[in-house]
Amino acid sequence: MSIEYGLIAIFLMALITYVPRSLPLLLVKTHLKSKKLQTFLKYMPYAVLGALTFPNVFNSSHSVVASTVGVISATIAAYFKRGLLTVTIIAVSAVWIVERML
Amino acid sequence: MSRSVSEYRFGLGDGLPIALGYIPVSFTFGLMAASLGMDPLLAVIMSITNLTSAGQFAGARLMIEHAKYYEIIITVFIINLRYGLMSLGISQKIEDGLPLWKKAVIAFGITDETYAVASLEENTITYKYMLGLITLPFFGWTIGTMMGAYVDALLPKSISSASGIALYGMFIALMIPAAKASKTLLLVILVASGISVILNYIPLFSFLSSGWCVILSSVSGALIMTLISPMEEQDEH
Repeated sequence: MSIEYGLIAIFLMALITYVPRSLPLLLVKTHLKSKKLQTFLKYMPYAVLGALTFPNVFNSSHSVVASTVGVISATIAAYFKRGLLTVTIIAVSAVWIVERML
Repeated sequence: MSRSVSEYRFGLGDGLPIALGYIPVSFTFGLMAASLGMDPLLAVIMSITNLTSAGQFAGARLMIEHAKYYEIIITVFIINLRYGLMSLGISQKIEDGLPLWKKAVIAFGITDETYAVASLEENTITYKYMLGLITLPFFGWTIGTMMGAYVDALLPKSISSASGIALYGMFIALMIPAAKASKTLLLVILVASGISVILNYIPLFSFLSSGWCVILSSVSGALIMTLISPMEEQDEH
């Protein structure tokens, strides 16, 4: 691959990625009134989190079993109000331990 | 002045777990790109200019296959279409009266994770907060790519495998408290997750890229719950 092709491709990718990120934020200046839309936008982040996590989390390490244990540990830790960083560390540690055991 | 400094620092703190979660992912990206023959510097430049995981993985693969420019543009655009809805969400939550250039700056940093964290903030979010939020993830993403592309032995295999779950740990840490507090939000999460699992496992939908899966599942999940259970009248959101 020539450097020229590479740089042009990267630049085009960056541009086309920036379009959806920026247009709504730049163009929509008012607080949209529709209750339905507000509700939808309120629910979206949670839906996105769910969609991003499942099923991919189970393939995030070498072992589905280890990942599952990680998910369970993180869920328990989060349920008992542990902070973001703590839950993350617990999840990583759990996976690490289970992979050692397998 | 001190308020804006603490807003930035507040954002910085919220961005730290994201940055840590990004390192194994961007490391994998750098590693993958370099191992398939891409110049490590190009991989790093890609991360610096794009800041997106699914789009970069797909784009890098296309580049290595010498795909046409329009193929790369269309693919990456479709994969990242979900940022449009996220940007719309942020537009409703961001403080009023920001000049266009400030909005343009924070738009660059809208990723799945920064969007999720910013959206979960109870109040209006400020420019300084978003700036803080984006900072560490940007560096984490870039540095991880650098490590993966240049020195592929830097991260011991055992740690890199376990650290793959870091980002998901963060997602879970964000979802559970919300699900605990509100049955509706629990249902939003369950419905979106359910649809996502279905789209991933039913062979009928195997043609869908990961970007499509995320956008279809999250939009369906949020839409279904909006129709079933809209929020009450509120002046403040």
